Amino acid sequence: MAASDDPYDHRDLIDHRDLIDHRDLLRLATAGSVDDGKSTLVGRLLYDTKSVLADQLDDVRRASVDKGLSTPDLSLLVDGLRSEREQGITIDVAYRYFATPRRSFVLADTPGHVQYTRNTVTGASTAQLAVLLVDARKGVVEQTRRHAAVVALLGVPHLVLAVNKIDLVGYSEETFTLIAKEFTTYVDGLGYRPDAVRVIPVSALHGDNVVDRSEHTPWYTGPTLLEHLETVPVEPEPHDMPFRFPVQYVIRPRTAEYPDYRGYAGRVAAGTVRPGDEVVVLPAGVRTTVARIDTPDGELDEAQAGQSVTLILADDIDIARGDLVAAVGSAPTVTDEFDATLAWLGDRPLHTGARVLVKHGTRVTPAIVTGLSARLDEQTLTVVPEPPSLSLNEIGQASLRTAEPLPVDDYGHVRRTGAFLIIDPSDGATLAAGMVGARLPGLR
Amino acid sequence: MTLAVPTRLDVLARLESEAIHIIREVAGEFDRPVILFSGGKDSTVLLHLAIKAFWPAPLPFPLLHVDTGHNFPEVIEFRDRTVARYGLRLVVASVQEYIDDGRLVERSDGTRNPLQTVPLLDAISANRFDAVLGGGRRDEERARAKERIFSLRNTFGQWEPRRQRPELWDLYNGRHRPGEHVRVFPLSNWTELDVWRYIARERIELPSIYYAHRRRVVRRDGMWLTPGPWLVPAPDEEVVELMVRFRTVGDGSCTGAVESDATDIEAVIAEVSASRLTERGATRADDRLSAAAMEDRKREGYF
Repeated sequence: MAASDDPYDHRDLIDHRDLIDHRDLLRLATAGSVDDGKSTLVGRLLYDTKSVLADQLDDVRRASVDKGLSTPDLSLLVDGLRSEREQGITIDVAYRYFATPRRSFVLADTPGHVQYTRNTVTGASTAQLAVLLVDARKGVVEQTRRHAAVVALLGVPHLVLAVNKIDLVGYSEETFTLIAKEFTTYVDGLGYRPDAVRVIPVSALHGDNVVDRSEHTPWYTGPTLLEHLETVPVEPEPHDMPFRFPVQYVIRPRTAEYPDYRGYAGRVAAGTVRPGDEVVVLPAGVRTTVARIDTPDGELDEAQAGQSVTLILADDIDIARGDLVAAVGSAPTVTDEFDATLAWLGDRPLHTGARVLVKHGTRVTPAIVTGLSARLDEQTLTVVPEPPSLSLNEIGQASLRTAEPLPVDDYGHVRRTGAFLIIDPSDGATLAAGMVGARLPGLR
Repeated sequence: MTLAVPTRLDVLARLESEAIHIIREVAGEFDRPVILFSGGKDSTVLLHLAIKAFWPAPLPFPLLHVDTGHNFPEVIEFRDRTVARYGLRLVVASVQEYIDDGRLVERSDGTRNPLQTVPLLDAISANRFDAVLGGGRRDEERARAKERIFSLRNTFGQWEPRRQRPELWDLYNGRHRPGEHVRVFPLSNWTELDVWRYIARERIELPSIYYAHRRRVVRRDGMWLTPGPWLVPAPDEEVVELMVRFRTVGDGSCTGAVESDATDIEAVIAEVSASRLTERGATRADDRLSAAAMEDRKREGYF
């Protein structure tokens, strides 16, 4: 615990009355295996950034005393479910929000033990940075390699390895260096350039190098975890990407005031759009022009990735939910057969011939898995060709045929329109995260 | 009017676009959605976003209010005025009616928040609502922090935290079997401060009790509660008149006021950003029952 009794002295550093918030937003995911101290690390990050309020801290103090502990157990700040607190484990992805004067953070805290891939994929699919944890006494383990492979597959741009419990190895530089070398070699094989990877020695329990610099690691000259999170370059939304706009809903008021209004509501998935832009509506392939970009706050002269708007098109053509509006000249491929990488999340294994549903953009269509070409062994980063099936938590490559043609991008090129879900038609369960054309990580 | 496009969307603009995207997915994927509307600040922001999502068309969903019968009159007046202003349809599920005809029994502590679950689930099945949009936020409480944006509920309305669907990218999966429904939380990624700053930016009207006013209150369980038919002060409890405001608005018997002189939105934002207590810790007696009070209610089908 920090020395000060009142950790809230600095909470007024951020002026929240400024209604335009110019701070960046960083979305990050944390992952580690059981007992790596991940909940403690997240608790420490919240505590040392003054993101914990007095009543939450009182709860933790009381619960820690009940458990017979002499110091507050910061992991109780994040392990919210009854069975998590009883068993001292984390069950499901939890989302945390904290801010410093430099940045706002959305943290997806993903548990490491059961259903690790399911949870990691959930937490990492929208992340810009992943923090993986290892116990300094154990170093890089099987789970670390799995997590790194999943994070690489999803295309998370930045990676941090927090070498935790560094106090328990006597703050040994030698141990740290060995772990760092093994990890950077492994993730280099996954395609991470050295400047995208940072390895930091920390003790979540004592706070070393989490927010405050440790006195015990004079040999470490890099940033603390928080310093790195505050300064790592955040990739902007892909402005220079080709324009992609999945149509969510057709707005037709048919009111006295707006008798003939017909607008296509959606959120820009990639690129930008301006009035006058030539676009193509897929899968039909009909061309038209953007007449106007509407919002309730007024017309826009440009909409960018991430923005929810309503497009008014110049021509009266038949467009419905599920269609994709795309830039002419750089439109995606429209196809009913494609290869994809799947992270299999279903309890029952996937076999060739399975009948499933695919949700791509705003369209749901039946599909058949026509072949399984490869499974990744994420320990050795080698490929097992033509596996008989894909089981829970396994990553592989499959061929799909869809009932309706889909406008698909390569996931490595345009994430939002390269991604899809595989859904169980019988009970609606989400069975897989799909990435069109994505190569298995490590296979260069 | 043409607005200048900022080079980068700020945090509130991102949150607004994300919420509108979620609300439109509900309209596209479900047959009979409904918005839970209590007149509180979160559901008022949710309604504001939903109206923006379909503008200039009218909102394609009705509203559902689970009325505990312990209401602040200012909130009911605000609710009815809002419904009339936008020409909406309001379904009211009344806890009082359930108590009056014996389907529910009043709790010994008089708190009615936990009693909302049964009328809520009955209203969902009677109206065949398949998507129920709520203003819940992940920063409110530890159990809520684990909730998906699209949260599947079984025929009994139960939330099973161990069996949640993976939620990938912004591809929301709303598939469900007959009898099941999906709770949808478009404000999942908002914090309390984001909500207040958005209320200020959009000039959203709220019930007056969110701003500081003079009120007769009684101290109980470390909170300032409002005496009324459902909360009779004990002989040793002193009723005093103070400047207070409400940080949350729920059942009148267990929602506490905080001492405040924040009479306008700027003052409220300053106060919230300096507060050392969470909004639920400061104002909700029912959440103090145990560390897992919210989780237990949610498992039973609560909001």
